[in-house]
Amino acid sequence: MAQGNNSIKKILTVAFSLCIVCSVIVSTAAVALRPMQQLNQELDRKTNILNVARLYESGVDVEQAFREQITARVVELATGDYTDQFDADTFDGFEASRDPATGRTLSGPRDIAGLSRVENYAAVYLVGDPDDPDQIVLPIRGQGLWGRMMGFLSVEGDGNTIVSITYYDHSETPGLGAEVNNPRWQAQWEGKEIFDDEGDLNPAIRVVKGTGSGEHEVDGLSGATLTANGVNNMLQFWLSTEGFGEYLAKFRSGVDQEDAQDADVELEAEGA
Amino acid sequence: MADLNAKGALTAPIFKNNPIALQILGICSALAVTTSMSVSLVMSLAVIFVCAFSNLFVSTIRNHIPSSIRIIVQMTIIASLVIVVDQILKAYAYEMSKQLSVFVGLIITNCIVMGRAEGFAMSNSPGISFLDGIGNGLGYGFVLMVVGFFRELFGSGSVFGFTVFETVQNGGWYVPNGLLLLPPSAFFIIGLLIWAIRSFNPEQVEDNEFKMKHNTKPKEAV
Repeated sequence: MAQGNNSIKKILTVAFSLCIVCSVIVSTAAVALRPMQQLNQELDRKTNILNVARLYESGVDVEQAFREQITARVVELATGDYTDQFDADTFDGFEASRDPATGRTLSGPRDIAGLSRVENYAAVYLVGDPDDPDQIVLPIRGQGLWGRMMGFLSVEGDGNTIVSITYYDHSETPGLGAEVNNPRWQAQWEGKEIFDDEGDLNPAIRVVKGTGSGEHEVDGLSGATLTANGVNNMLQFWLSTEGFGEYLAKFRSGVDQEDAQDADVELEAEGA
Repeated sequence: MADLNAKGALTAPIFKNNPIALQILGICSALAVTTSMSVSLVMSLAVIFVCAFSNLFVSTIRNHIPSSIRIIVQMTIIASLVIVVDQILKAYAYEMSKQLSVFVGLIITNCIVMGRAEGFAMSNSPGISFLDGIGNGLGYGFVLMVVGFFRELFGSGSVFGFTVFETVQNGGWYVPNGLLLLPPSAFFIIGLLIWAIRSFNPEQVEDNEFKMKHNTKPKEAV
């Protein structure tokens, strides 16, 4: 028996048929469950957006709440204007950053958030009236202590006052760095102001050690200095002109988005 | 191994022949996933499922597996089962699969599953192999739950996510023990658990492999 099993023919037959059976099982499971998994991911993302906008309550129908209250738009980061090149509902900034056509490489001192590549376009989520939103939810991303942290920052319609911050994907230490998602820590972000004065494009918001009593200061996490530094760095990056600086500036100066776009066009026409 | 019975195959691995406590297998994942009890529970169920079915399938085709490629055959079966479990978790328990992240995939490398397939299922009939798989999964799960209980209770002040000790971060009185949230703490708990189990079952205590000499005296060392 053992002899018969070890003939080359038998070995190949067993190996081949086993591979066929296993691959059929695995691919069936993968294909059959794919729609369910995508639904879950989508739901998770929407829940997080509602969460950071303080619109989420347990038991609420996420899909419906999202549809009624939130509009997704894609922004070109360099100019801060909306673009219709992409489908905002499915736009994935992280994917876009890796595509040479929609992302660029960052290096040296410009790469403070440890991203190495950043997208030129980003999806933003507008709460309420898309032309004059109550809140703007911005995706943020950066290096924490152990790995990449992905989250959302929501800002009031003035483009300056923070509503909340949340991370939906991170690998920080439980109980220390992972306290970034502690509601008590998140609560102190509310009402903090990102920028110092109207014309300044550099963010003034800082995560600091101590009390965090100033209007631009948030108290860091005790025992998680490096995570807090990561949060600080990614805010410096994403709120600067490399990130959403130009976009937020439009809200801060109080100019209506559509008008601003028209004005730009006129200027260009004059220049030509 | 001739006097195997169904009950023995199912219950022996829990205390008498626990894969973690006696055989010291599968420690790595026991360190990684035991920060909270609900995660430990899902991980235990996944391992029970994989272990039971890998034993069943390996045992079913054991007379046809050429001995020269038997390890690869076992790995292929185990890996397929693990992928299926991972896919199911992603579809039906998305939150949980996010917390378990890579550790579901790492069941493939869990020595318990492989060890039972090679050590038991290759030489026993499918029925008893299946039970043996469940038993060993339970033994693994038992240790995971105990470790998870202590780590979650003293590390985050809760059990299964329900607050028992109100922690300082949430305005309570309990200062959580940060060490227990980090993987190395499971070493201490597993060590203490092995000590406890061996105190009840002294026959598990191994003979010394060598005798320790007394410390050299300081004047000799100088």
